[in-house]
Amino acid sequence: MPDSLSQPATRDPDAIRRASWILGALLLMWPLLHIAQFRPAELFDSRNLAVMGGFVGGFFPPVLTTEFLSLTLKATIETLAMATAGVVLALLIAAPLGLVLSHSLSISRIGPGPGRGTGEAVRTLSRFTLLLLRGIPEIVWALLLVRAFGLGPAAGVLAIAITYGGMLGKVYAEILEAGDTRPARVLLEAGSGRLMAFFYGLLPGAAQELASYTVYRWECAVRASVIMGFVGAGGLGQLMDQSMKMLNGGEVSTILVIFLLLVLLADAISVGLRKLLA
Amino acid sequence: MSFQLDRVGLIHGGNSYQGGGQRALQAISLKAERGERLAIIGPSGAGKTSLLRVLATSLRPTEGRVTVLERNPWQLSGKELKRLRARIGVIHQAPPIPPRQRAITAVIAGRLGQWPWWKSALSLLYPADIAGPRDQLARLDLADRLFDRCDRLSGGQLQRVGVARVLYQAPDLLLADEPVSAMDPALADLTIGQLHSEAATRGVTLVASLHAVDVALRWFPRVIGLRAGGIVFDLPAVKVSDGVLRDLYASETGTLPTQDNQPFHLVAADEPDTSRLKVVAPPRVI
Amino acid sequence: MSTVTFDERRRALGFCIYCWTTMLLLAVLVWACFAYLSLDWSLLFSGESAGYMVQFIQRFFPPDLSSEFLQRIAKGTLETLAISALGTLLAAAVGLFLALPAAGRLGGLPKAATRFFLNFLRSVPELVWAALMVMAAGLGPFAGTLALALHTTGVLGRLFAESLENVPSQPTQALVESGASPSLAFVYGTLPSITPQLIAYSMYRWEMNIRMATVLGFVGAGGLGQMLYYELSLLHEAQASSVIIAMLILVVFVDAISAWIRRRQMRPGG
Repeated sequence: MPDSLSQPATRDPDAIRRASWILGALLLMWPLLHIAQFRPAELFDSRNLAVMGGFVGGFFPPVLTTEFLSLTLKATIETLAMATAGVVLALLIAAPLGLVLSHSLSISRIGPGPGRGTGEAVRTLSRFTLLLLRGIPEIVWALLLVRAFGLGPAAGVLAIAITYGGMLGKVYAEILEAGDTRPARVLLEAGSGRLMAFFYGLLPGAAQELASYTVYRWECAVRASVIMGFVGAGGLGQLMDQSMKMLNGGEVSTILVIFLLLVLLADAISVGLRKLLA
Repeated sequence: MSFQLDRVGLIHGGNSYQGGGQRALQAISLKAERGERLAIIGPSGAGKTSLLRVLATSLRPTEGRVTVLERNPWQLSGKELKRLRARIGVIHQAPPIPPRQRAITAVIAGRLGQWPWWKSALSLLYPADIAGPRDQLARLDLADRLFDRCDRLSGGQLQRVGVARVLYQAPDLLLADEPVSAMDPALADLTIGQLHSEAATRGVTLVASLHAVDVALRWFPRVIGLRAGGIVFDLPAVKVSDGVLRDLYASETGTLPTQDNQPFHLVAADEPDTSRLKVVAPPRVI
Repeated sequence: MSTVTFDERRRALGFCIYCWTTMLLLAVLVWACFAYLSLDWSLLFSGESAGYMVQFIQRFFPPDLSSEFLQRIAKGTLETLAISALGTLLAAAVGLFLALPAAGRLGGLPKAATRFFLNFLRSVPELVWAALMVMAAGLGPFAGTLALALHTTGVLGRLFAESLENVPSQPTQALVESGASPSLAFVYGTLPSITPQLIAYSMYRWEMNIRMATVLGFVGAGGLGQMLYYELSLLHEAQASSVIIAMLILVVFVDAISAWIRRRQMRPGG
């Protein structure tokens, strides 16, 4: 009879492995806490506490004067307009790049025929461009554009156009490649141009998914527009930034509530539109 | 000379577009003059579709030389190849039409290779030509479905829309890959008949791969038997005998494939036989 | 050439009236947005501003690659990674703790209250939390960690609660029936089956938080973001471009690693 059956194991074979994982994690924690300057005591430092206390105390009651509310309303409309204009401009970037990138519309792949090298080079270039556009966070673009164009919604619109152009372009290309590509390929094999092969062959099947994703991105753009206001790109975010800098808790709480309502509204519109498209 | 294949071979390579490394065609030599009508028959997997795709310039042969409409497609520039492809019409077994598209738009797409871009673009909103597609669909008894969405059509109707598209294209070389597989015998006759009258009136070449042997022998003066990627015979229809057919379909079940799945047999080639249908003019021309 | 009847022309126009009016409405709304913002297009397209733009961009090249500055960038990157890691870790712990009431384990009222609280935490954007935390804890990475922790607790708390609701309750029930205390029954019965999912959510969130952590610094919450804001305020464009490049590399690197991990997990036996 083999040894392992006659003698029951007295040690958990997994224990060493688990122990080393836990030890490693604990060892990693200390430098982590150090680098992140994790000092909970700071929260209770008297100065910070006073500032924070006064600020939070000012949350109630929220500022509800007609003057401030109309200011908030204008800022909200500005945010919505920024998000919409940004996404529309993003479409102008994403649509052509997405079409170029998608190999469902590649004529040189049929055969394969002439122009293979150029085709692949152009596609690699567009992929790289899209990566660059969306690799840099939109708020960084916003900061740079504010430096270039000054304060106001223009910087925000362009920042959204650039980053979301990159995101939409990549996803458009993926959607076009994932669906049924036969109709478009057959049209290309019959001598059609790429753009017409897209409109007659790919778009009927892909339109719903393309539109649905675009509406979802619009909803994200609304939230992003608020955030970009913090670096001076206008809208609700800039208003909140100003109120925070003045430590006006009441105004901040009003804006916060309006912001939460705005997000709910954008979410509802997005869900409604996407149901409509189905 | 409409097309010529010189010892053409095709191995599906390893790249994602063409599939795994399998030999599809073997030393095919085939030639046809303008205005000829050929049928290609053979068991499934014989390479009928691959052969048609090579003729359509959608597949590049790995061996041998292709000449279509007096040009070697793989030596042309991109633009010239595009123009050549616009002169070749392909009817697919499974119609490549997006479900939500209307029949009129699907048919109009046949001329995308010939129209300027603005005309094609405008036709998305309002068709530049309504009478043309309607007349082509009428030839196939589908005129009443002109504005219906393609996902509301039956399989046979959808196949006919695919045929109408190619008829509307008015190509110089008509290639049909099992164009009537989803139709009953009467409709199959109507459709093949229309392809024939098209080829005859405009004097263009017609090549059809067919599953049903009876249809092939009834309509086409020249029949090509394909098996395992190679041409087994290239005969005038009158010379195709029972023995030749059985050799071709040797591995299949006892009966030969027909459009209506009824038994079919031929008498010996040199016996006079009145039951065999000879090649005649199409029964109906609209 | 046969004639086309009027009825055929009418039907050819296809596209339901419904679709046409929706598209028109959308077009009007979009135009209204542009009009409201009254963007100064000449700013973008005039020759003068184009020259100005080119000058502006030129100031960013070449980026500052001195070893001294690269060391600062390395430190900033480590800070960013630490902020995201610690923030996600805290959020996972607190989120799990809050997921119990949120999944209804403690009754109806706690469930509603916790859910509302978690929703609130995740609705407020990370940057707003960061601005608030800078006020509470001073400038620096600590504020960033807290901000990420707060926001991510809301996200993970809700995800964990959903996992808890979907887990079968028999193992835990069996343990309770055989005499184990409820908390032990939870640890031995429920936890093992949902742990892989919890870890997956947390890792996914960590990946997103790394991107977030790079920008929280804009309001003073440490990491590469704070460096970028600082250098730009001093008009040190060369240094700023180095930081931006570092951000890009970090994001691409994290993307690549997570794609690699995902590919490994999809392989059979992985």
